[in-house]
Amino acid sequence: MQRLRFGPLVTVLALGAAILGAPFYLSIYWVIILTEILIMSLFAMSFNLLFGYTGLLSFGQAGFFGAGAYLAVLTLIHGPASLWVALLAGFLGAAVLALAIGWLCVRRDEIYFAILTLGFGMMLFTVAHNWRSVTGGSDGLGNFTLPELGVLGWNISVFNPKHFYFLVLFIVAVGVVVLFRVVHSPFGLLLKGTRENSMRVSFVGANVRSVRLFAFVTAGALAGLAGALFAFFNRIASPEMVHWAFSGKAVLMTILGGSGVFLGPAVGAGLFFVLEHYITAYTTNWLIILGAILVVLVLLFPKGVLGSVLEFRTRFRKGP
Amino acid sequence: MEGILANVLNGLSWGMLLFLISVGLTTVFGVMGVLNFAHGSLFMLGAYLCMQFVRWLGSFWLGLLLGPPLVATLAVVIERFLLRPLYGRDVSFQLLLTFGLMLFLDDGVRLIWGAAYHVVTPPEILAGVVPLFSQTYPVYRIFLVVLGPLVGAALWAFFAFTRWGKTLRAAAMDREMAEIIGVRVPVMFTAVFAFGAWLAALGGALAAPHQSVGPAMGEHIIIESFIVVVIGGMGSFPGAFVGALILGLLSSFGTTLLPDVQMALPYMLLALVLLTRPRGLFGEDV
Repeated sequence: MQRLRFGPLVTVLALGAAILGAPFYLSIYWVIILTEILIMSLFAMSFNLLFGYTGLLSFGQAGFFGAGAYLAVLTLIHGPASLWVALLAGFLGAAVLALAIGWLCVRRDEIYFAILTLGFGMMLFTVAHNWRSVTGGSDGLGNFTLPELGVLGWNISVFNPKHFYFLVLFIVAVGVVVLFRVVHSPFGLLLKGTRENSMRVSFVGANVRSVRLFAFVTAGALAGLAGALFAFFNRIASPEMVHWAFSGKAVLMTILGGSGVFLGPAVGAGLFFVLEHYITAYTTNWLIILGAILVVLVLLFPKGVLGSVLEFRTRFRKGP
Repeated sequence: MEGILANVLNGLSWGMLLFLISVGLTTVFGVMGVLNFAHGSLFMLGAYLCMQFVRWLGSFWLGLLLGPPLVATLAVVIERFLLRPLYGRDVSFQLLLTFGLMLFLDDGVRLIWGAAYHVVTPPEILAGVVPLFSQTYPVYRIFLVVLGPLVGAALWAFFAFTRWGKTLRAAAMDREMAEIIGVRVPVMFTAVFAFGAWLAALGGALAAPHQSVGPAMGEHIIIESFIVVVIGGMGSFPGAFVGALILGLLSSFGTTLLPDVQMALPYMLLALVLLTRPRGLFGEDV
């Protein structure tokens, strides 16, 4: 059985090395695609802390993603010219918003939670879309430049896609490690407990609302961090990043990869881009295919691609 | 004075359309426990089919008559083959399935009819304007304001007095008990889902001359009708009526009085209701 426990470690190390070394063997085009996949992975994994681990289906995760994007850009425009400060602003700003909105949303669960997060996410969208003097309205905020990144006394230009890739990789890795620690801590067990049976969790003395709120704020803050990176990546913060259709992307990626596996949403993000890349080459109606894929996944493969593959492997090893 | 009256009529006519879609949403939720994300898409499909029938047959009334049953037929297929396998599973998966259906239907409409906006003219008898104090007002909107309460009353009578309506309420209250005394719940679920879809499509067909028919109309109305049912109380029939009226009036008065924050008003109301009456205005305390 010892061999089985080494398997995942070796896989993760090999994958890590492949991702770390990507700029050295991939073309610039694919480095840029991979950068976007990494950012969306963090976004989808933040969503899955709520959905997969806490059992709360949020349709408003883009609210915090977009808030992070806008706050980071606003900091760059009006504040100090530092990417680190801007990232921190996106992270903390999204956390504060998630605290306020989460305080309202965790009062209800299941279907109500989905509607409430959708509603308040769209409230943030209307703010981004209508408050022209601050957010630039439907045009978004694009008139900013990315300052050089200060790392241990060096100043690095992030206009080189490879440099930017390493910045994204570093931030996403930090986010993923934080998520991993949360999920595998005693608190993570409490989260899964509230997913399975919230009444029992409250009987053993935990405050279900606080537990859910903490998960909501953590997810919101990490989504904000991903949003800040996404705004740097696109050189713009635009209202689409706050819209619920964008929340839907995190949902789709997570279901595609598998909500029950830690790295499922990241695999889903990768698959999402590959599918989009090939399908949009044939047809502009990519959403009709995406919708059909989601219906089939929900009906036949609710564990997602990674979840189903892992399950199949376990069954295969155990034998019939 | 005229301004206020025009606002009231605008609010009521929009509220009536919201009511037609919300009442289907809330009935489906009340009986089946399913929140249908694709409900707005069915509304939109109703509008497009009505437009298509007007083009083919030249009659708005035929569009109103023929479009909604087609959408209801589609709903039967959806319920029977896609939703039914999911009843035993986590409610999240039902929500996700209808979310996928929404993407599918919205993009399907775009594929068939294109991304452009279309205009449906109201039938002759309802076209034109009537004088209202010193200004004029479209007849069609007044028609909607009158029609809404009539549909509401008919639905209420159906639920209160007919055998079918009573059976439905019984099944919503206690599914198992209803099954034990011989109600064929699976058939009823299909019927309720189709009925909700028919109402949504009827709302869409009625909305076609009221607003422009375009691929974004489903997405716009589904969010507002979600807010209506949460404010009114999920599964509550009077809640859907009152919630729809409030949101309709909020929209018309907000546009004239508070244009800057008008779009955010429904969400503020949502937060307020949630803090003071978490089960909604007409929701029962559990």
